Amino acid sequence: MREELIVSGRMNPHIDPQLQIWEWHIPAYLFLGGLAAGILFFASYFYIKGKSEEYPTAVKLAPIFTPLLIGLGLLFLLLDLKHKLYFWRLYTAFKIESPMSWGAWTLMAIMPLSAIWAAFNIKSLFPKWDWKFDIVKDAIKVLEEYKTPIAWAIMILSVILGIYTGILLSAFNARPLWNTSILGPLFLVSGMSTGAAAIIILSKSKVERHTFAKIDLLLIAIELFLIIHMFMGFRASSQVQIDASAMFLGGQFTAPFWVLVVGMGLVIPAALEILEMRHKKIPYMVAPVLVLFGGLLFRFIMAYAGQMSRWLY
Amino acid sequence: MRYAMAVDTKKCVGCSDCVVACQTENNVPIGYCRDWIVEVTDGTYPQLELEHRSERCNHCENSPCVRCCPTGASHYSDGGTVMVTKNKCIGCGACIASCPYDARYTHPEGYVDKCTFCLHRVKKGQQPACVAVCPTKCMYFGDLDDPNSDVSRVIKKRKYKTLIPEAGTNPQLYFLI
Repeated sequence: MREELIVSGRMNPHIDPQLQIWEWHIPAYLFLGGLAAGILFFASYFYIKGKSEEYPTAVKLAPIFTPLLIGLGLLFLLLDLKHKLYFWRLYTAFKIESPMSWGAWTLMAIMPLSAIWAAFNIKSLFPKWDWKFDIVKDAIKVLEEYKTPIAWAIMILSVILGIYTGILLSAFNARPLWNTSILGPLFLVSGMSTGAAAIIILSKSKVERHTFAKIDLLLIAIELFLIIHMFMGFRASSQVQIDASAMFLGGQFTAPFWVLVVGMGLVIPAALEILEMRHKKIPYMVAPVLVLFGGLLFRFIMAYAGQMSRWLY
Repeated sequence: MRYAMAVDTKKCVGCSDCVVACQTENNVPIGYCRDWIVEVTDGTYPQLELEHRSERCNHCENSPCVRCCPTGASHYSDGGTVMVTKNKCIGCGACIASCPYDARYTHPEGYVDKCTFCLHRVKKGQQPACVAVCPTKCMYFGDLDDPNSDVSRVIKKRKYKTLIPEAGTNPQLYFLI
């Protein structure tokens, strides 16, 4: 028997008895960032492919919400900071080894671009929209000449944003549950899946909903594959990662993760989407709402469980 | 120059004097601590083995906290010590999440705080507060690049271990066993 105790009574807030430095802000922000990244990716991709008329929700309508989603995410991020007045220090340094640093810079770049994209398409949501000032109209007209390069920039940055939400966590060697390079792709695919789900919810065209249901189905399949892969990797890794995965394979997160995230958030929506494609009568809203819910819960569970996983010495 | 500390687990009695000395010297806010004592009990009665360790920031050579810090607030300073610049720290918690030793905390004023190896004392030629106050003299501090420093000599003579070297941090806190 071996027992390790801190006998000098260390009780540092948010550190002891177990790390809880990040509460709801970070998972909520990761969800919003992934969602925005997914929507922006589809918007720019289908614009570049010349499918703006075929998929108007994806290219025009849905991205109007992305500056708000990113803005809300940034607000959560700011609320999470404990030394708030110094937040601008993020933008006086660029540290290539710190995912948080280049994430901050990516957000700085993609947020104005998403706002410009929204400005291009605002009339599709509010047909009577008027910019009031000529200078704004002129600026948008000038920018519209560069719509394709802007779309390319958004597409690349959205992939970086999506993958960063996972790499942010996977860079922490100290938390074995997060310390897997699969987390980056997993969060990217999950974010794109929530983006596709949001487009399905907003879309009024059956053709568009059908296409995005197919895309979502593919993304869900990749996600399931990555999740299984992640746990295979944990099981075959060092003791700390075996312990970390045990929280999901018999431990306290088993039921919420496998029933709510994997079952309700991935398998059931995938099944519904398949049935819908076979022309069974199913309300089209159910599957995408479940996907969004699953994506949100997935990030909460990963954020909380990751902080509980640790090295033992 | 490479500052390091060695703690003799055979001499340490776990009195927590180092903890209180640090709190006093560094004005650590009430309810927080930068160093702490771990007591390890191995075996079952009557075959028991006991180890006491006075632990703190390991001032790692490959510090995950310095790597993860988005602003450069966490940085390497004199003798390889890991320090935090208060007015660069945004309190994001990345360094706290990245530390496998849980050696950092958020100061009530918002910035992240931790052991400094009492660099302000060391620069004056004094020992860190925890080392200076230890009643069993179980701690050794000094420059590893100087073969005649207390810490170099004791590490040469004795068997030692570091904490979770497999985390790849290359810690500079040595425990004599």
